[in-house]
Amino acid sequence: MLKFTLLRRTCKQAAALTIAREDRALKLNDAVALRLHMMACKACPEFENQVLTMRAAMGKWRNDPAVEDAKP
Amino acid sequence: MSTQTFEDQLVEHRVYLMRFARLQLRNDAWAEDAVSETLLAALSKPQAFGNRSQLKTWLVGILKHKVIDVIRCHTREVCAPDTQADTEGDELDRLAFKVDGHFVEPPASWGDPHQTFQQRQFFEVLDACMERLPPALGRLFLMREWLELSSQEICKELALTPTNLYVQLHRARLRLQECLNIHWFGQRTR
Repeated sequence: MLKFTLLRRTCKQAAALTIAREDRALKLNDAVALRLHMMACKACPEFENQVLTMRAAMGKWRNDPAVEDAKP
Repeated sequence: MSTQTFEDQLVEHRVYLMRFARLQLRNDAWAEDAVSETLLAALSKPQAFGNRSQLKTWLVGILKHKVIDVIRCHTREVCAPDTQADTEGDELDRLAFKVDGHFVEPPASWGDPHQTFQQRQFFEVLDACMERLPPALGRLFLMREWLELSSQEICKELALTPTNLYVQLHRARLRLQECLNIHWFGQRTR
């Protein structure tokens, strides 16, 4: 029972961890808990998609000179 | 094109370099300095490039070093906290969670990223959203995302505690996400 609560995260906590992962490695228990939450939740994977899209967008913005070149 | 001197080619990219320098430094005088230093450094070792993109990439590489130099000269101002109004509250609360920690309104689908990235205007909105971040927040975010420094390197450069840095990056990321939700994705799902 104790184990279960240790690995339980609310959506708010899961969102915070999803964002934090962009800048630091998560502690193992947080990483596992986040994964478990994602499997059980509908809303948070969508939030994660937004974060991953942001990550990809920043990569493209930073590395693709054509992105800016195309501007009038 | 072949009649163009190396100097002419460099001048063509000045505006492009200024955009990045301004966004990163949030100070026009510092940005001017960094870009001038970049062009001078480039002039001192002229080389031939196959196309504009290669020259650009090379110049941006130099600019990043010059920008880091500027940041080092102005460490205190760079991370001077933004005004209270800019930094109040927990950003996650803007997403609206219920007391039990669930989303009040589930996050919207952002659709297929590849399709999004094909639209030039998307990057214009992204640029505008980055510009809107309060200065200190914007600088930290771009040190991560444009200069591509690790969190540890940023803490070292600016003598910040990791906790402080993470709190600020967390804010910056959520604000950008919110800004894109409102000004890009909201508009398109309607």
